[in-house]
Amino acid sequence: MSTPTADIIDLLAGIAPGDALAAVRDQRAQARENAQRSFEALLEPAEPGTFSLAERYAVAVFVSKLHGFAEASAFYGDLLGDEAADLSSVVEDAATAAAAAGPFGAYREPRLEGESTDGVRWAPDAATAEALGGRLTAALTHTHLLVFRPREARPEALQALVDAGWSADDIVSLSQLVAFLSFQLRVAWGLRVLAAASGPAASGPASGAASAVAAVSEGV
Amino acid sequence: MTEIVTEYPELARPEAFTQEGLGWVPWLLPVAEDELTDAQRDALIEPARAKMPYFRLLARDPDALRARTLTDLDIFFNVSGGIGRAERELAAAATSRHNGCVFCASVHAAAATRESGRQADVQRLLDEGVEADLGDETWNAVVAASVALADTPLDFGPDDIVGLRGAGLDDAEIVDVIGGAAFFNWANRLMLSLGEPEVPARRASAR
Repeated sequence: MSTPTADIIDLLAGIAPGDALAAVRDQRAQARENAQRSFEALLEPAEPGTFSLAERYAVAVFVSKLHGFAEASAFYGDLLGDEAADLSSVVEDAATAAAAAGPFGAYREPRLEGESTDGVRWAPDAATAEALGGRLTAALTHTHLLVFRPREARPEALQALVDAGWSADDIVSLSQLVAFLSFQLRVAWGLRVLAAASGPAASGPASGAASAVAAVSEGV
Repeated sequence: MTEIVTEYPELARPEAFTQEGLGWVPWLLPVAEDELTDAQRDALIEPARAKMPYFRLLARDPDALRARTLTDLDIFFNVSGGIGRAERELAAAATSRHNGCVFCASVHAAAATRESGRQADVQRLLDEGVEADLGDETWNAVVAASVALADTPLDFGPDDIVGLRGAGLDDAEIVDVIGGAAFFNWANRLMLSLGEPEVPARRASAR
């Protein structure tokens, strides 16, 4: 990475240098810097190895859309479009088909079974799987598990990745990528909501998260 | 050819959420301690972590591990300004309780107890769940906001900010709650999907 990139969380949160929340974020400068380094390590690695940039961006688009975070979906959609335009529509359509609500899932712990809940357990249909190819089919299936029902993860889910050609190193990187995005999107979203609640809109009538986000995103 | 994925048919598994210490076993082979490269050792940040299979497994992607760990340490242990350590640990425990990560919840519930002295309140969070009344407005607001932030699709909204402000939190404190809760959406997914918790042999034999 020779070119310095903008702070992605600020970008997704709609925070500009000089904003009040930029100063608050400075109080945790090491966290800010290393959230950015996590982005670089997982989404812009100098040596992607056998986990290609196209696969990384496809996962990021899928995760962003499952979270319903429009700005993040657009941001990662641009990265995927530049790297592998032929994958964009199939990944976006897959995310639409895979919509669910989490966290849910069955507990394995005997005294927690009463708290087990059900939801959409998604895997790509045959046509989508063919368009994605074996590796991405397995990756997006696993990503859906991690996003919505991580408590149902089992060794068998990792075996499915191995069977689709994922190495142990790449499974760790894929897991880090999905888990990191689960953090990054929440920090950016939370800051966005906080900024909206602190601005002029905060004195108006109670607004939902979506309209708060829309109000802030005009400045992006 | 060696199997890549390890299963543990005979493992002594926890039966519910607990504040007692748990072990954790990996489903993928960690890097062997004596085979860690300099870059992987550096990524552990704390040398003692070379003993822990979780961190040696994450060392398979050292750049990601290093950045993850430095993010974690600043959010939870940088005490210049912001909210107290107990409330950060509470946000971690509540997120873990909601996502269903028994291992993470045990570590951070115990830490919340250690930092606050409120063992019974923390235990109520584990036993009754995230709706439990923890006895004061700040703790209830931190738990409610952490739970809201864990939901997918994202649904954390202005009402959650109102709740935190109503409990007296300023923006720096709210940003710490968001950071701590968001971070455990990262940690829970790694801990839940790359291995599983185990009751230490000493306690397992006593039950």
